[in-house]
Amino acid sequence: MSFVLEFIVSLLIVLGGVFVLVGSVGLVKLPDLMTRLHAPTKATTLGLGGVLLGSMLFFLGAEGELSIHEVLITLFLFITAPVSAHFIAKAWLHRHPEHKGELSPTGRRYGWSTYDPGPGDQVGEGRRDAVRRS
Amino acid sequence: MIDYAVMFGFFAVSVALVLNLWRLLSGPSLMDRVLAIDTMVINSIALIILFGIQQRTTVFFESALLFAMFGFISTVAYCRFVLRGDVIE
Repeated sequence: MSFVLEFIVSLLIVLGGVFVLVGSVGLVKLPDLMTRLHAPTKATTLGLGGVLLGSMLFFLGAEGELSIHEVLITLFLFITAPVSAHFIAKAWLHRHPEHKGELSPTGRRYGWSTYDPGPGDQVGEGRRDAVRRS
Repeated sequence: MIDYAVMFGFFAVSVALVLNLWRLLSGPSLMDRVLAIDTMVINSIALIILFGIQQRTTVFFESALLFAMFGFISTVAYCRFVLRGDVIE
């Protein structure tokens, strides 16, 4: 393996490790859940992206062929990280309705869609549950 | 050089896992604990991949992919359970 490739792989691994660490420090240091959610979901996907890219280049240099597994893991994580962050935030909002007033106003007649059913919405079972509980 | 970088990566990810464990044990609300578990799963994926680089083998990628899938599914299932009192309706 050439020196340049080795250097790039090492740099990517170190960067990934630093980002993973920063994400977890943010998880411990930040004051409440909405800010805490920001640190790991962004920083660990960036950190893990760095480590995965480093691994991909490493096996490209060591075996001479590009492996697809890392791309698969990266794609899967990049698709699922916002979804799980959204679910955690939504569950927190519904468990702590006392923070409802802190949300910024929508500027319309209807409030945030997780609390209020919108104008064209069929008020289904789920929405009615959400409204009743909040 | 790669070996030193991987050692540094092991160190950083291990410290990150300990910090997540602290948040998991002390988290004031339930969703903090769920977030800590989710982050721990992502960090352990990083640990598995670093181990694969250290051992010069690609065997562990399937386990990393499985970890990613099960971590996502368990987080979403738990949040759904908290929201609706049921996972699949």
